[in-house]
Amino acid sequence: MANVRLSSISKIYPGDVHAVNDVSLEITDGEFIVLVGPSGCGKSTTLRMIAGLESITSGDLFIDDRKVNSLAARDRDIAMVFQDYALYPHMNVEKNLSFGLMRRRRYPSRLRSIFSGVYRKNRAAEQQDIHDRIRRSADVLGLKDLLNRHPRELSGGQRQRVALGRAIVRDPSVFLLDEPLSNLDAKLRGEMRTELRRLHRQLGATMVHVTHDQEEAMTLGDRLLVMKDGVVQQCGPPAQLYEQPANRFVASFIGTPEMNFIEGVIEDGSVFKADGDVRIQLPKDRWPSLSVGQQVTLGIRPEHLELASDGDAMFRGEADVVEQLGDRTDVILANDHRRLTARIASGSGLGEGDSASLRADLPQAHLFSTDEDGHRIATNRRHNQQTSDVQD
Amino acid sequence: MMSRWLGRFIAIVALSAGSLAMLFPLWWMFVISLESPQRAGAAAEGGGSIAIWPEEVHWSNYSEALRQIGTEPWQGFLDALSNSIVITVLVVIGTVLSSSLVGFAFARINFRGRGPLFILMLATMMLPAQVTMIPLFLVFRTMGWIDTILPLVAPAFFGSAFFIFMYRQFISQISESLIEAARIDGYGMFGIWWRIILPMCKPVTAITAIFTFIFVWNDFLGPLIYLHSDDQSTLALALNSFRNQYGGLENVHLLMAVSVVTMIPCVVLFFAAQRAFVEGIGSGAVKG
Repeated sequence: MANVRLSSISKIYPGDVHAVNDVSLEITDGEFIVLVGPSGCGKSTTLRMIAGLESITSGDLFIDDRKVNSLAARDRDIAMVFQDYALYPHMNVEKNLSFGLMRRRRYPSRLRSIFSGVYRKNRAAEQQDIHDRIRRSADVLGLKDLLNRHPRELSGGQRQRVALGRAIVRDPSVFLLDEPLSNLDAKLRGEMRTELRRLHRQLGATMVHVTHDQEEAMTLGDRLLVMKDGVVQQCGPPAQLYEQPANRFVASFIGTPEMNFIEGVIEDGSVFKADGDVRIQLPKDRWPSLSVGQQVTLGIRPEHLELASDGDAMFRGEADVVEQLGDRTDVILANDHRRLTARIASGSGLGEGDSASLRADLPQAHLFSTDEDGHRIATNRRHNQQTSDVQD
Repeated sequence: MMSRWLGRFIAIVALSAGSLAMLFPLWWMFVISLESPQRAGAAAEGGGSIAIWPEEVHWSNYSEALRQIGTEPWQGFLDALSNSIVITVLVVIGTVLSSSLVGFAFARINFRGRGPLFILMLATMMLPAQVTMIPLFLVFRTMGWIDTILPLVAPAFFGSAFFIFMYRQFISQISESLIEAARIDGYGMFGIWWRIILPMCKPVTAITAIFTFIFVWNDFLGPLIYLHSDDQSTLALALNSFRNQYGGLENVHLLMAVSVVTMIPCVVLFFAAQRAFVEGIGSGAVKG
């Protein structure tokens, strides 16, 4: 196992295409880190640079404190699981698993060991070692009965397991997983997610996982690295990203349904004013840096909106779409100025076309600047921890 | 309903007529090879009627014909047969190895000038062989390769434009991640070519092998230009010398017998490899 350190890594493709821009990241030994972002954000390129499949334009990459920038993929002691599994179609499962081990023999030169007379002995020991390793990883992944099958005779989930097994048998320092779950159906994906988590605990391995699915990222990662256009947006544990998104992009990317954003302006007395006669008294002192007349974006997650009586309603409108999810219901409230998504408890009796009012759990709300980076406006620490409604 | 039946009928008639036209010469060759010398000569000259089956079957024509190849009984035939086999096998191996290797490079390795080189290679296909025949002969003569099998065999180890093209097209469709996985597994480009690409290219290799086999086995011009001695002769060449030796048409039954023998390996190979033609191995490699 090993730690991985990325120091100001960039990747520029011919034609001055900046795929990855100045990414720095420290992955500690045994950590499960997830690179997440929309497609084309550079997360896969970053992973492929760690793997050695893509050259690094600038910056340094360290695995176990050894600089590996110019080291070939095979010498980095990593294993990679590909999105399309990349199983060798002409080999059965056992051969697929052993293919990488054959190359890492301790006595690679057959000729030399034949001459020195130790060939036979070493070879037998080696075969036994390979065999044992395959048995062990087949046990871990439940592949025992499949060893003689070819990839085309396996289901998607089984292929996925073999791909994971191929990584495990090599006992690498770092596991690199490139969207390994995206080709599975929803149910299987959930199962494999649990399995990945279990594997990580069992192996205690350093894992770098790439996905565009924020839900997958949230459930798997010890830490998440959110990227956009080749630039790191935020890095931290899932809860931190959810509760304290660094900017509007992270806030909208993490969490489903997406956070609601309302553009407005701050008026005297910490009042947030927006089109459609919206006037919200913000909790006093929560945002100490606010000034009167400042343009801001109010961000409220759907789960922090609830139905309100007319008296304390912040938003009024018509329930445009009502989606039953069982215990919860997603409501899209629409009026002339905006559409807001609210996740409310089921059983409210609200139907499509009904008029409704919503109020926000303001201590959970965020304010973002309206400039290009849309960073989150700092809050007073004390207020972060307060959960009670402080609306006047 | 009626028109559908009529369409089917017309199709069957047309296809039957087509295959009859294709099969007739082969059949006739076989029939004549079993005829008596007189009847065979008459049929060839157009004097006799065309028989579906000989009145009297002369299987001895075959042993007679093979015995008469070359100067020594049987020896000429055995020489020609072994020469043909050696040349064909070497050319097939050389073509498959070199074409797949070059095709792999064109498909999967990014190197400076890849595009122009590929076009240049394709352009060589447009040159008729006759254009390069004399320069090539002069080159090989300078190297002292005349009357050896080298001029016939050596070029095969440097790739064949058409098959390189075929390999390239096939390999382009193999998922890049397979190659990357093998790189991480510790293999270099040669290892990947030998252990991943070649086994996956079975359908192309089958086609390459069969086409090359049939072409080389039946090749007359190449051996005629480069091989002069009797003991270097190939079957196709022997067939020809046979005809000259017995000029005229009185021994046409023997000529036909040798032709049938020469044809057998191609027919057998075609039927044996038919499955490989249609079988794709790529399924199940990646997500399917």
